[in-house]
Amino acid sequence: MTLSNAIDSGPLFSRDRDWHPAAYTPGYKTSMTRAPFRPLVALGSTLSEETGPAFGQSMIGRLDNNLILNFTGQPAVGERIIMHGRVLDEQGRGVPNVLVEIWQANAGGRYRHKKDGYLAPLDPNFGGCGRALSGPDGSYEFLTVRPGAYPWPNHVNNWRPMHIHISVFGSGFGQRLITQMYFEGDPLIARCPIVNTIGQQKAIEALVAPLDMNRAIPMDCLAYKFDIVLRGRRQSVFENRKEGM
Amino acid sequence: MQRLDYLKESPSQTAGPYVHIGLTPNKLGNTGIYPQDLGESPIQPGAQGEAITIIGTVRDGAGMILRDALIESWQADARGIYPGNDPRGAADPNVSGWARIIANFDSGEWTLNTVKPGRVPFPDGRMMAPHISLWLVARGINLGLQTRIYFEDEENDSCPVLQRIEHRERVQTLIARKTGPGQYRFDIVLQGAGETVFFDL
Repeated sequence: MTLSNAIDSGPLFSRDRDWHPAAYTPGYKTSMTRAPFRPLVALGSTLSEETGPAFGQSMIGRLDNNLILNFTGQPAVGERIIMHGRVLDEQGRGVPNVLVEIWQANAGGRYRHKKDGYLAPLDPNFGGCGRALSGPDGSYEFLTVRPGAYPWPNHVNNWRPMHIHISVFGSGFGQRLITQMYFEGDPLIARCPIVNTIGQQKAIEALVAPLDMNRAIPMDCLAYKFDIVLRGRRQSVFENRKEGM
Repeated sequence: MQRLDYLKESPSQTAGPYVHIGLTPNKLGNTGIYPQDLGESPIQPGAQGEAITIIGTVRDGAGMILRDALIESWQADARGIYPGNDPRGAADPNVSGWARIIANFDSGEWTLNTVKPGRVPFPDGRMMAPHISLWLVARGINLGLQTRIYFEDEENDSCPVLQRIEHRERVQTLIARKTGPGQYRFDIVLQGAGETVFFDL
């Protein structure tokens, strides 16, 4: 076994449940009937969480990370942006071959979904999803349009800040994570009940992407940087495992 | 004192009501972007082991069946080897082990066709009973929920994970009921009476 394999297959760092949102968050009404009331049964990770599905570059299509063109081949309407960053673990190491999937509303704040009845129109050239595999240093990149803010039924006048949904896999199933990226300077972030399911301000800030003028392309598009951090893994070489495991 | 330079895991946010746009666009009807949705099946033709079907629902604390739940499953092959990142060796080439399962948009029922997994060792070497790991997301769930499917017709009493459940009657919430040859039922209750055991693993 090589050292890098040993690192990648070690037990997972335990999740900091005070950093993540709680399950039961009355400001976000739907959570009130979908949150478990009994305590989670907590124990260290096992092989079932330390292993996970592997994805390869062969399954990624040429336009999969280009949401401006990947629906019809004709460009979607909206503010053109690059969304880029690295997938890291809690030790700060880039994690390669991570499947990053994103989905979002169009520039007017409307989703291509039968349950979304918002009055902003669909863009015939915007599907709203994309995917990419992180590179050797954990880096990933999408080209898309900045999604619009939109109202949602919770309290009477709640609006979601502009956001992109993000789903990531690590090397272990226990690292599976879904989160959302927000945009620097959006005044709706502080007013959003879903954002505010997160208790700590520093944790909220970890989901706000700064404008990155160095990655913007003059006369073409702006850029936002968003690093994604997965649960860390201990080095398995010193773990007390029985022979043959 | 020196600093510990660890990063913090990205905080979770709900998958929201439109998770299918991102993860199963073809099943939603948004075709043309990906040739097919990922995780259509955890097995391919020729997979070794007992073919099984598990059917279930996800119910909230008000007794309502969720139509918007998305579940991912991860399991070992029939010999108990995982098909990805398992340090013990290669799994059955016809078992990919991972599936993306969505509740039916009308009935809320979900179905998993797979093979029954083998036993997998716990870190101390004892064997865990055959199980399929689940990760469940939906609108209103702020952080994906981890649970497991065990099987009524397996020896579960010696499983070191099930033994950690203090309230013994709750173990039953993790055990799929056999409804016929190779057929199982596994209903998930998010909250309240009969609440499914969820893990922090």
